Amino acid sequence: MIFSELYSAYYNTVAKILKTAIEHPIEERGLRKIIEEHAFGESILNIDPCLAKGKWQLLKPDGTTIIKNVPTMPTTTIQKQWMKAISLDKRIQLFQYKPMELKNVEPLFTPEDYDIFDQYSDGDNYTDGTYIKNFRLVLDAIKNQYPLSIDTYNHKGKTIHMDILPKHLEYSEKEDKFRMFGHGQHFVRTVNLGRIINCERSADNHSIQSCYKIPPRNRRVVFELVDERNALERVLLHFAHFEKQAEKIEGCRYKITINYDKDDETELVIRILSFGPMIKITAPEHFVNLIKERLIKQMSCGL
Amino acid sequence: MAYTELVKNFNRIRDYMREFYVYGFKSRDEFTRKSARSYDDERRRLESWLGDYMQFRHTPEGKQVFLSVDSRTSSHNPLYKAWKTKSFTDGDITLHFILLDVMSTSERAMSIKEITKKVDEYLSVFTQPRLFDESTVRKKLKEYASEGIFITEKRGKTLYYKKSEDEDFYSTDILDFFSEVSPCGVIGSFLLDQMDRHKDYFVFKHHYITGAIDSEIVCRLFQAMHEKRNIMMKSTNRHKNHISENQAIPLQILISVQSGRQHLMAYMPKFKRISAFRIDNIVSVEFGEVCSHFNILRERLKDMRPHMWGVSTQSRLSQRIEYVEFTVRYEDNEQHIHHRLEREKRCGTVKKIDDNTSLFTAEIYDSSELIPWIRTFICRITDIRFSNSTLEAQFKYDIKKMYTLYGLEGGEAS
Repeated sequence: MIFSELYSAYYNTVAKILKTAIEHPIEERGLRKIIEEHAFGESILNIDPCLAKGKWQLLKPDGTTIIKNVPTMPTTTIQKQWMKAISLDKRIQLFQYKPMELKNVEPLFTPEDYDIFDQYSDGDNYTDGTYIKNFRLVLDAIKNQYPLSIDTYNHKGKTIHMDILPKHLEYSEKEDKFRMFGHGQHFVRTVNLGRIINCERSADNHSIQSCYKIPPRNRRVVFELVDERNALERVLLHFAHFEKQAEKIEGCRYKITINYDKDDETELVIRILSFGPMIKITAPEHFVNLIKERLIKQMSCGL
Repeated sequence: MAYTELVKNFNRIRDYMREFYVYGFKSRDEFTRKSARSYDDERRRLESWLGDYMQFRHTPEGKQVFLSVDSRTSSHNPLYKAWKTKSFTDGDITLHFILLDVMSTSERAMSIKEITKKVDEYLSVFTQPRLFDESTVRKKLKEYASEGIFITEKRGKTLYYKKSEDEDFYSTDILDFFSEVSPCGVIGSFLLDQMDRHKDYFVFKHHYITGAIDSEIVCRLFQAMHEKRNIMMKSTNRHKNHISENQAIPLQILISVQSGRQHLMAYMPKFKRISAFRIDNIVSVEFGEVCSHFNILRERLKDMRPHMWGVSTQSRLSQRIEYVEFTVRYEDNEQHIHHRLEREKRCGTVKKIDDNTSLFTAEIYDSSELIPWIRTFICRITDIRFSNSTLEAQFKYDIKKMYTLYGLEGGEAS
């Protein structure tokens, strides 16, 4: 069972409270701080009085506990099965890890049990030795904050060189690719890990330290939707991963607002086109024109 | 019953989360299926769990509540929090920590009698100690043994219990990554909860988090597949608002990373065919008999896949197979379009006709599934043919409707 109190925020929070109470008597303030950090917005109304009033007989009135050892829960069968399942995923090779024995444990699922059927076919090669080496170096540089000297192909296929202080790795499930985001000498840089030719630790980080951050380029598009052929559900599910708002205008007409990053604009145009006449962009004018340009070009194709 | 932040039944909250996250435009009055009090309680719970992501809007129809998450800025799926809200009794939590401690202190296996005595000793420091009888302790030990927390050994007629050995976890890097991209990733999130706080190094693009609320169903389906079992599943038809019950043999789960939908591909003995079921519509899965021909059925599905664009396994016109082809034109500096066709096609073939033209062809069960993808090439489609002529007419009509929608072709924008 996944939905079990064994994995609940309350059990985890109480475990942390007891751990503190084993080290030293826990005071009201310390207890509340742990609850605020690890449980939910209203949990303080439950956990605190239950422990204090002895409904849960675990803490003594003096703030010490009847528990002697730091609470740890052995890994449950389903947790072991899940770990066994991810050990069969080729992407695990990217990480430096000690294979777990997990003797007599059946995987929760195998690669034959599921398929991602609409993932792009030109994803990164996770079995390539150089790719794995680069991935590990990039991850280490992110953790320990040192700059990297990188030769890579740009999107036009030309070789370029850059020094970059990596900040995080972004994975796209649709593209099955990793990108590194970091600070370059003058601005934020993005590097596709699959395009890296050579990557090594840079000796010189002086110029990178002087870089400045470019603020994210947030954009907004507004469209109207007519709920025919189940369009409302399809559209809202399709754009679910964006920050969005949906409002009913009248009858089966809806107004949808999506916030996106400027870098993703072309992709968003294409995705909106995929819904055909179910969607009509209403703002901004610039986005309306992007759609119009494509439609005008289509008219010239003589279909 | 008085309001509490925790819940006993996940299915009810599953519906509300979907409404608030995916749709988010309904006012309180529109939640007609449940009582007003139920709505108020569920909204308050979600606000307590996911306060940072809850938003409100006032409209003439009333206050609308919605969940808005930019999954690209979040390293951990916030919807996993819902799986950490199971209610329990005062006795459950008290016994949980005492039992774990009793079992951690002893290296040898203990009988129920010994364990119950130890539990009493722990509680004796309180002025009004809680009492747990042997049957309550036995029930809890049995439950924990089935979860793999304790192991049992039988000596004569007596059952002895001891704590399972602590396993090492994978590193936080591995758990951070796979808890977001792997099926049933919430289990990875449970493991992370047991570890110390750490910095996040991964973010996720095109990341659909909605499937998280269907984790229990997905998990049951995997277990059924692993044991090659028949299942009895109940599923809702959201439009007709009714629940149907079907016997099925689950064969594979198909996951879309372009819509966030998850489908079960299952053989239906009643109809003697393999069909797709949306997992977010499945409300329960009960295990049945082992299916002796599971491997044959799974092989049959594998043979069907080259003709499936999405999850549909039959033509809308009852044809055995449908045919579709379209041609796109691109400029000299737009050679990536051919590459797009190659990398995005899920079946069929792509052929380069000349330096500026490519042709896609496919034989497929249901060519209507390709239409959204074909539309992404609007601005360069020079020819299109479907063996399903109704579909071809609809496609062309829709393009013309788009022209009108934007005031092109001399028409006014509607």
